[in-house]
Amino acid sequence: MNRIEVSESAQVKVIRFKDQKIIDPETIQELGEELFSLVGEDDKPQKFVLNFSQVEFLSSAALGKLITFEKKAKRSGADLILTNIAPEIFQVFTITNLDKLFKIKDSEADALAVL
Amino acid sequence: MTSNSKPQRIKRVLPSTLTAYHDFVQEVLGGLESLGWSKEVLFGVHMALEESISNAVRHGNKHDPSKSVHVECELSDKRFYARISDEGAGYDPSVVPDCCNAENLEVPGGRGLALIKAYMTNVEHCENGKCVVLEKLLD
Repeated sequence: MNRIEVSESAQVKVIRFKDQKIIDPETIQELGEELFSLVGEDDKPQKFVLNFSQVEFLSSAALGKLITFEKKAKRSGADLILTNIAPEIFQVFTITNLDKLFKIKDSEADALAVL
Repeated sequence: MTSNSKPQRIKRVLPSTLTAYHDFVQEVLGGLESLGWSKEVLFGVHMALEESISNAVRHGNKHDPSKSVHVECELSDKRFYARISDEGAGYDPSVVPDCCNAENLEVPGGRGLALIKAYMTNVEHCENGKCVVLEKLLD
């Protein structure tokens, strides 16, 4: 995986972005492919935590990929929680009302506690 | 530099690709940073430039390599101004769906414009949507 690191914790897939800036079309395309490839790879309902601790900047095109990932995850019956979002990035979510679409928690531990 | 100083002007003609403008954006951000602009405000300027120029490449020029994106900026300690224009057919910004409405949350598109408006003090569309003018004023 070039754009994300995936680890398994208590049957939850914890996904961390490798990039600080998610802007380039190639980066966004690869990110989408890597995220989408995780959906449905387990037999049982999946649980995902998407950790944003590395992310300092992302464009609306990157938000578009995240929305598609959320749709695919939801359609497959998976749970998805976003965590560790820096204040500037969280503001991007609130401006676009995506804080209403995504479940967001402060930390991985907070997310794991409710999954 | 004081607010009465002459603004720094940057003018560029950029190719219609989604990678060619990043050095220009960094040049603008570096210029504003040296004028004392905070990291938080620069995030918004970065977002507005990123979304405006990528809109011009994607939706305006439709990635046509024969077309360019024209950018003019003025940087001073209290004001950022940018005029971004493309060579496309234009569009009506008022018909772009409001991405922030609950029923449009999953609709692709429209988020760039919402972000530009949120981070800038003034945003104007001109020349039938082929041009956008951004202004950020500091208190």
